[in-house]
Amino acid sequence: MSDIKKFLYVNRRAPYGTIYALESLEVVLIGAAFDQDVSLLFTDDGVFQIKKDQDTNQGSGFKNFSSTYKALGDYDVNKLYVEKESLEERGLTVDDLMELTYEDEDDDWAEKSSIRLVSRAEVKALMEEQDVILSF
Amino acid sequence: MKLAVMINEGPYQHQASDSAYQFVAAALEKGHEIFRVFFYHDGVNNGTRLAFPPQDDRNVQMRWGELAEKHGLDLVLCVAAAQRRGIADEGEASRNGKDANNIAPGYRISGLGQLIEAGIQADRLVVFGD
Repeated sequence: MSDIKKFLYVNRRAPYGTIYALESLEVVLIGAAFDQDVSLLFTDDGVFQIKKDQDTNQGSGFKNFSSTYKALGDYDVNKLYVEKESLEERGLTVDDLMELTYEDEDDDWAEKSSIRLVSRAEVKALMEEQDVILSF
Repeated sequence: MKLAVMINEGPYQHQASDSAYQFVAAALEKGHEIFRVFFYHDGVNNGTRLAFPPQDDRNVQMRWGELAEKHGLDLVLCVAAAQRRGIADEGEASRNGKDANNIAPGYRISGLGQLIEAGIQADRLVVFGD
């Protein structure tokens, strides 16, 4: 068996209101040090986690941690799957999401988008190929 | 089979810890190995020794410790999640200037790397939560 496993982090909840999104991101950042094959999936209200122009300064008291997602590319976490239907059901398009990028070392460090739109049917295939799925 | 378990919800409020306990007990009964039980999110609240539920109810926190003692289970509370929720061992309490600790017997506090390692080492990582 290979030493590298495929990890998928499934983010299903809105970024604020519960702590799941923030603590999920903490697992991803720590996990990045283990050199595994990491993917993230944003589905259901989880798509709001990477919406651009987040502003928590209107009284909720929650820490705005959205900029942390922009650092994922530097941690070699560059497969961010977003479920198309979840965006559509919430009146969002990919243009409403933050620009999350990475530098491709196999392509002269060209800056590329980490965001990969997938359909609900493709999510099924994505999950089936994983070794470890952590759902938040 | 080598199994690892993750528990993401607190005791009594949610069934996750109960279901995980039944799962682990049954797996041990069948001769499987439990590599680690990792508590995250409000799941770290399973690790307090200061709970005293009514005597005619199960004691979710203490029975994990009893199972751990019997089978040598590794019960790990995530340190970052535990700090947010006020679960501390002696070292954590003194490092952070707290006047008491509250960790239950059989548990230890460590980092998220223990969860990733469990995912790598175990044949299956089974998650209990919402």
